[in-house]
Amino acid sequence: MKHQFDVVIVGSGLAGLRAAIELEEDASVAVLSKVFATRSHSGAAQGGIGAALGNEEEDNWEWHMFDTVKGSDYLGDQDAIEILAQDAPRTIYELEHIGVPFNRTPEGKIAQRAFGGHTRNFGEAPVKRACYAADRTGRVILDTLWEKSLQRGIQFFDEFQLMSLIIHEGQCCGLIAYEIATGKLHTFQSKAVLLATGGYGKVYKTTSNAFASTGDGLAIAFRAGAPLEDMEFVQFHPTGIYKLGILISEAARGEGGILRNNEGERFMERYAPVIKDLAPRDMVSRCILEEIRAGKGIDGKDYVHLDLTHLGKELLDTKLAEITGFARTYAGVEPVNEPIPVQPTCHYMMGGIAADVDGRVITDSEGTAFPGLYAAGECACVSVHGANRLGCNSLLDILVFGRRAGKEMHRFISTVETVELPPDPEKVVAQQIIALMQSEGKESIGEIRAEMQKVMMDDVSVFRHKEGLEEAVEKIRELKQRYRNIRLQDKGNCFNRDLLDAIELGHMLDLAEVITLGALSREESRGAHSREDFPKRDDEKWLVHTMFKHSADEGPQLFFKPVTITRFQPKERKY
Amino acid sequence: MKCTFIVYRFDPAVDKKPRYQEYTVEAEPTDKILDCLNKIRWEQDPTLSYRYSCAHGICGSDALMINGRIELACQKLVRDFKTANNFVIEPLPLFRVIKDLVVDLTPFFEKHRKVRPYLINSQEPPETERLQDPENQKTVEPAIRCILCASCTAACPISRANDKYLGPAALLRAFRYIADSRDSERENRLAQLDNEDGAWGCKTMWWCTDVCPKEIPITKSIGQIKRLIKEEEKKKAGS
Repeated sequence: MKHQFDVVIVGSGLAGLRAAIELEEDASVAVLSKVFATRSHSGAAQGGIGAALGNEEEDNWEWHMFDTVKGSDYLGDQDAIEILAQDAPRTIYELEHIGVPFNRTPEGKIAQRAFGGHTRNFGEAPVKRACYAADRTGRVILDTLWEKSLQRGIQFFDEFQLMSLIIHEGQCCGLIAYEIATGKLHTFQSKAVLLATGGYGKVYKTTSNAFASTGDGLAIAFRAGAPLEDMEFVQFHPTGIYKLGILISEAARGEGGILRNNEGERFMERYAPVIKDLAPRDMVSRCILEEIRAGKGIDGKDYVHLDLTHLGKELLDTKLAEITGFARTYAGVEPVNEPIPVQPTCHYMMGGIAADVDGRVITDSEGTAFPGLYAAGECACVSVHGANRLGCNSLLDILVFGRRAGKEMHRFISTVETVELPPDPEKVVAQQIIALMQSEGKESIGEIRAEMQKVMMDDVSVFRHKEGLEEAVEKIRELKQRYRNIRLQDKGNCFNRDLLDAIELGHMLDLAEVITLGALSREESRGAHSREDFPKRDDEKWLVHTMFKHSADEGPQLFFKPVTITRFQPKERKY
Repeated sequence: MKCTFIVYRFDPAVDKKPRYQEYTVEAEPTDKILDCLNKIRWEQDPTLSYRYSCAHGICGSDALMINGRIELACQKLVRDFKTANNFVIEPLPLFRVIKDLVVDLTPFFEKHRKVRPYLINSQEPPETERLQDPENQKTVEPAIRCILCASCTAACPISRANDKYLGPAALLRAFRYIADSRDSERENRLAQLDNEDGAWGCKTMWWCTDVCPKEIPITKSIGQIKRLIKEEEKKKAGS
């Protein structure tokens, strides 16, 4: 089936929906999502969205900018971070105006709370900057934007899996999608495509991410010629529930929660004397693992305690209700009386499809645009998070740059005509599906996926070193070979999860390879990337973005892009 | 330990009518029911279809019938059931089955749309936020916990009897905007619900509240709509 729109957006999380709302008034827009729109993973964001409103105490956007630059370990592009921090208050007011039910201060303003790495006056002390709706902030923003989209009559194609981009003479002019309920292929012809497909935490064994977070948009863009940027920077959130990886929001520490080792010691005081438990995530995750290595995990195991018992039932019930519920349901712990067992969990990807501040996908170190192709949200790397993202900057990123991508696409579509599609655009995808369905191979999708997740967890997580990374590259390449030999058991056309699993696994293997190659090439420690064999940051050599371009014959090809530094020169990062 | 799962199966391409298939799964007491379904699919039978995504009760994808009661598969653990490790897994009632445990929620979302689920305020917003009394935000708070999993509507006996009835989820969403002090459509919203397909369809049977995985007092919220309708009537009669 064929469809024609001015713009097709893939992904119905906050980035995709914000762009759609920006465009809808005088452009035809379709939003595709492999899950029903409100199931998107933006909804899992808990603690808040950052903006220097100054509602609770003095704050200004330059402090927010500085914190973000420092949090990024100086790898974030400062022109983009300036836009992020400066546009943040407008973004929040806009959300409030369309109905987001934020918590309120006694005088009726939007309530704010402290979050990791966000400080007053360039690092003096923690500041209350995160706007929140209890610990369901992402979910209520997602619902509000989705409902706004319904009001505007935006057309949704729910449960459609992106299969490939249509590139004609170097321009993106649409895409092919697979309708999950029927097994039919659909061709979408458009002047512009926005990829807003989110993260890919499912590459790792322990993750806070949804099953849908498999990086389809990145892998497909990569194969279509878009470079991937800074992929080695993978955020492990310090407080996932032990063994399960389910997130306990940083808001828990923002409200006063304390991390303790097996001696009951508040160990973060030793590592970050000024902001303690509210140090940035990369640092806290490393500290937890250092404690465990020193034999200070609880009961000698690989977890520590998050202590909320001193916060009182009322605060937990009103401001942290969701996560205390998680602790009860999944860990069998009553947070009012007992500490929660936590360990780092793969949470967020700083890397992504290289994009500029207007969402244009770029193809080289000079920033040349890929005509017709846009990216926003976690799947994109603008880069505002650099080597480590601060908590509550992600919701902000995806809304600020989702909107900007919408504006830029709006401008772009008025300057171009619809490009004619190449003949039979669905052919390659149709053949790919038939080949997968008919494969007589012996390999199991579940086994390859489990082995990939294990090797990424063992060798490419918080601490990394050369030998481990080399083994991981080898292992992933072996898994890619085995993937060619997988066998599907479901041959049907209706909700064939077996086929979808196969497609997603193919995407994740590509991304696992690039993450690992990036980690191997970057011989320094910066932000979330900690090389035990190169424990220092090396600004002389590595204050650059790593970029990988796809090559069918030679594998991913590395090149570099300079970092934009404007107001803040790199300094040692202490908290 | 060994658990037995008897799972509802229906593939429209092959089956004339639904059937039940039995699987044995090695599970821990702390495994989620969703983990067990995943084990079935990954280790035994990849043809089994069901929806899932976040796996911790926030996306709302995996509401199912587990041992005859509506639950989120990702929010219930094996140890939560006292059925000697035997489980019967079926799709949500009320809705058409597309395949196995996947149902067609189109009618559910159509009803959601009917209540105009978005803030309507004809006044130009200020440059910063609109002020809102924190007490008002607290009134709205239970309703914003809804994850649109459709458990309540699937459980509702009135929804089963009257397919025009908006159902608990849509009424809850209506309440969310009626109660919000920033919304200027309150009167019209109440008028829209002043009938048997709206708020008065609710016969206060509490089944929706009973199954809600987010513990939202849905029946009470619908009760508040009824009360507000009555108040409006009184106001009009008095004026």
